[in-house]
Amino acid sequence: MAGSTSVEPFAGLLAERYRAEHPQSPPINVQGGGSSAGIQAAQSGSAEIGMSSRWLKEEERGLETILIAWDAIAIIVHPSNPLSDLTLNQVGEIFAGRIENWASLGGSDRPITVVTREEGSGTRGAFEELVMGGERITPAALRQDSNGAVRVIVAGDPGAIGYISLGIVDERVKPLSIEGVSPSQETVASEAYGLVRPFLFLVRGEPQGLAKDFIDYVLSPSGQEILEEEGLVRVE
Amino acid sequence: MVRERIIRYLLLLVAFSALGSLALITLFIFKEGLPLIVKVGLWRFIFGSDWSPSRGSFGILSMIIGSLWVTTGALIFGVPLGVTVAIFTTEFAPPALTAAVRPLVQLLAGIPSVIYGFVGLTVLVPGIQRYLGGPGPSALAGAMVLAIMILPTIVSISEDSIRAVPREYRDGALALGATQWQTIWRVVVPAARSGIMTSVILGMGRAIGETMAVIMVVGNALAIPFSPLQSVTTLTSNIGLEMAYATGDHRRALFATGVVLFVIIMALSMSASAMSRRSTRR
Repeated sequence: MAGSTSVEPFAGLLAERYRAEHPQSPPINVQGGGSSAGIQAAQSGSAEIGMSSRWLKEEERGLETILIAWDAIAIIVHPSNPLSDLTLNQVGEIFAGRIENWASLGGSDRPITVVTREEGSGTRGAFEELVMGGERITPAALRQDSNGAVRVIVAGDPGAIGYISLGIVDERVKPLSIEGVSPSQETVASEAYGLVRPFLFLVRGEPQGLAKDFIDYVLSPSGQEILEEEGLVRVE
Repeated sequence: MVRERIIRYLLLLVAFSALGSLALITLFIFKEGLPLIVKVGLWRFIFGSDWSPSRGSFGILSMIIGSLWVTTGALIFGVPLGVTVAIFTTEFAPPALTAAVRPLVQLLAGIPSVIYGFVGLTVLVPGIQRYLGGPGPSALAGAMVLAIMILPTIVSISEDSIRAVPREYRDGALALGATQWQTIWRVVVPAARSGIMTSVILGMGRAIGETMAVIMVVGNALAIPFSPLQSVTTLTSNIGLEMAYATGDHRRALFATGVVLFVIIMALSMSASAMSRRSTRR
C-alpha cells in the first residue's frame, strides 16, 4: 500500500490490528508518498492498494475507489485565543494574507501567524479546494511538512492559525467552529461541518487475496470502530 | 609481484569509485535539473520571487535570500566564537584544559542535525518569540543553530593553522617587547589568516548545506524577509520540505535548486582549497 500521508498512519494502524487478528497472514507494507503518488502506484501496480485523501481528478480515472472514512479538517488556533468562531470567508481572507491582525476579527491586538502545509500535501490540497477557492495562500505563511509540525507551531504561538486533520487535534490547540458549526464526529457525519474530505483506497480492477481481505476488514464494523476511535468519521 | 599489482589496481579502483560516485551524482542532478532551468530561463529561475509549483511558477529568489540571511547570521555568531575558542586552546589554555575542550568541541560535530533542530525548536524558537517578538521560527533561530553546528569546523581548522605558525614568530614578537595579546592579535592571527579564512569558507559551506535542523527552526515562509525575526525558506530546506510529494516539473525544479546549490558549494570549496594552497606556498 502506498499514498497519502494523511491516510498512512490510519492504514498502518489497521494493518497492525488486522495482523493481530490474522497472525498467519503475510505482512502488509504501508508507505507514504502523498495522494498523487498513491494514485500513480495503484495505476502502475507498484502498490496493490493506493491511498488518497482527495477524489480522483478527471485524468486519473480507471481505478476502483473505496471510501473508507471521512476526515474533517479543523482550523486550529492557540488555546489562549479568545475567538471561537470564524466564517469560511474569514478563514480564506486570513490565509490569503488580507487579514493580518486578530483585532480586525474582534480578537486581541496581535499579528496573525499563518501556518500552512507544503505544496503537494493532501491536507493542503483539500484545504485549498474547500476554503481558498482558487486563491493562493500568502507567501508569508510558515510552511510545515506534517500535521504534527503544524500543531507544534500553533501550540507555541498565541497569534497562530493553522489547519490539520480533526483526528490529530488535541488539547494543546483549539479547533474553531466554522460558520457556527464546531468540528466533531457528529457534525461531520451529518454534513453540517463543511471542511470534510474523503479517505480513499484505490485498486485496479477487483481486489483479490490479501488486498480484498484487508479492505473487507477496514469496512467491517470493527475496522470502522478503530477509525472512529482515531478521530475519523465512519462511512455508511 | 602479481599480488602487488592486484592490490595496486584494487586500490586504484576504490579511489576512482569515490570520484565516480561524485561524477554520477553531478550528472544526475544536472540531468534532472537543467531542463527546467532552460525551460523557465536562468534569469527568471534565480531572480523570480514567486514559488508556486502548482501554478507553474518557479522563482527561487526568496530561498537564495533566505540562505544568505541564515548563513551570514551563522558566520556572524559562529566565526568570532570559533576563532576565539581556537586562540584560547592553542595560546592560553593549560594543556589539561585543551585536552578537555578539544574533544568536547569535536563532539558537537557528532550530534545528529535533527537533535540540533529539536533543541532549536523547543528552546530557541519559543525564546525568540517571547523575548524578541515575531512568530518565533525565524532566520535568527536558523542562524543561531547553524552557528553552533559550524563551530567544530571553524575551531579545528583555525587551531591547526594557528598551531602551524612558527615558534620564532612568537618569540620574536615577545622579544621586541610585545605583550602576549599583542603577539597573538598582531602576529599569530595574521600569520594564520589564510587557514582561518579556509575554516570560515568550509563552515559557510556546511551552513548552506544543512537541511534538517534548518527546516525545523526557520518556519519556511516564502516571503522575502526584511528582518531576522521573520521566517525564511533556504534552498536546502525547500528541497527537503517538498521532495516527498513533488512530481513532474515541480520535482525537476527541486533538482534545479540542487544545481544552484551545487554551483555555490563548488565555488566555496574551490576558493577554500585555493586559499589553503596559497598558505602552504608561503
